[in-house]
Amino acid sequence: MRVVVFVKATEDSEQGILPSTELLEAMGKYNEELANAGIMLDGDGLKPTSQAKRVAFDGASRAVIDGPFAETRELVAGFWLWEVKDMDEAVAWVKRCPNPMPGPSEIEIRPIYEMADFAENLSPAAAEIHDRTRDKLSGA
Amino acid sequence: MATTEVHRAIEAVFRIEQARLIASLARMVRDIDRAQELAQDALLIALGEWPRTGIPDRPGAWLMAAAKRRAIDGLRRDKMLARKHEVFARESEEASDSAIAEIEARMDDDVGDELLGLVFTACHPVLSGEARAALTLRLIAGLTTEEIARAFLSNAVTIAQRIVRAKKTIACAGLAFEVPRGAELEARLRSVLEVIYLIFNEGYAATAGEDLIRPSLCAEAQRLGRMLAARMPEAAELFGLLGLMEIQASRLTARIAADGSAISLTGQNRARWDQSAIRRGLAALARAEDLGGADGFYALQAALAACHARARSVGDTDWRRIATLYDRLRAVAPSPVIDLNRAVAYSMAYGPEVGLALVDEIAEAAALRNYAPLPAARGDFLFRAGRLAEARRQFEAAAGLSQNARERAFLLERAIACG
Repeated sequence: MRVVVFVKATEDSEQGILPSTELLEAMGKYNEELANAGIMLDGDGLKPTSQAKRVAFDGASRAVIDGPFAETRELVAGFWLWEVKDMDEAVAWVKRCPNPMPGPSEIEIRPIYEMADFAENLSPAAAEIHDRTRDKLSGA
Repeated sequence: MATTEVHRAIEAVFRIEQARLIASLARMVRDIDRAQELAQDALLIALGEWPRTGIPDRPGAWLMAAAKRRAIDGLRRDKMLARKHEVFARESEEASDSAIAEIEARMDDDVGDELLGLVFTACHPVLSGEARAALTLRLIAGLTTEEIARAFLSNAVTIAQRIVRAKKTIACAGLAFEVPRGAELEARLRSVLEVIYLIFNEGYAATAGEDLIRPSLCAEAQRLGRMLAARMPEAAELFGLLGLMEIQASRLTARIAADGSAISLTGQNRARWDQSAIRRGLAALARAEDLGGADGFYALQAALAACHARARSVGDTDWRRIATLYDRLRAVAPSPVIDLNRAVAYSMAYGPEVGLALVDEIAEAAALRNYAPLPAARGDFLFRAGRLAEARRQFEAAAGLSQNARERAFLLERAIACG
């Protein structure tokens, strides 16, 4: 299964404080371990939301909102894309991560929907409608 | 945390560590069975202690130390037993002393990546492809015998026997659990790549409704490939294979219709191709090419897959490039099946008559006798050339040869469409 692993933002990351040399080194080692285990597909750090934009949808209207955004704990400061066997494995790997922030911080693991997740709920007919809709949306 | 939760956490840690653990132990004691036992012992010790102490900071090192202590204890016990049987005492005492010394020496001897050594041993050419695949999945991917059996549509007894025999063969051959060097490396790596691709293809062949463990073989193979790539950053063919697997895997969802039937490459909704997998695949292929491996067996197939991946619609497909790539692939790996695919590519690039001429050249090949895709391709060329009556006979012949009900139905439809 694939999971996205979110490093949640903190006051420090939102202020654009860059990781220390020690942390960069520890993270580098950790990333190497992830690569050695063959689970890392992608990953990057994100700039603070002072450089971000949001687009708010309401019916036909689209409003652009400039960062920074307030709810720091809900923001994301970085991510990985991993291929793991199950959530237990993902948790075990996250526990090995050096604390990505100078103070207390959180990492969130979100499984990606796979085909099999829909298999039980999707009758062949429903699946076909679904596919057709997707075809139209994608302009195929 | 509840006990079961702690146990699950410990088992997850163990799964992460077990391949490396078995690899180090196997090199140390030169015996895969013993290495597996020692690793299991270490797990049991951890299950006993960690719920109390918490999971240590370096769980891999902790498990390794516990397993090594067990290994040494075992040897000492053997020595004591030998001492009791006085007749052989002296001889075996010396033998076990030197065995302990030898193992202790191997413990301190850092050979770099032991996991890689185990992969090369499990994929040694003395073993059959099937045995290599089973052993690799068991030892490196950590699948159970039961899971491997389900994945290969076999039964657990057969797989268990296959693994036992493979281990015996390895022991008899006295393999050293090391990464081969120099000229041998290339041939041995080929054998490893074969196994990875075999596992991938088994997963790719899975159809809808089958046990979910089967399609997961694709992910296992890719994970093995990535593990190797992190350790062998100069191995061009390995990156070719990674690229090939990524691009093929990008179509895993798109190739199955709502009713579970397979959709051919040209019929797939390209919006459903996984673009991030394609991007990774193209990057791996570029790396293989940069390393001078553009004409490798896997790199060429990856390049072929990349031609389709880059085409936004079937009409955009660069068939001339595909035809050229088949020329090169055929030079590397001559095979009538590749020749047939080449004929199809040429027909798309230069017209059905060119395809027909090429297919006539290979029609007598023994490998293509009773091979449904041959008359199917010929039927398609004839159909496109407007020779409908001949086309129909070919489609009917192909339907008669096909082993697959859905494919047969498709071919019969094409025959009917010829009027």
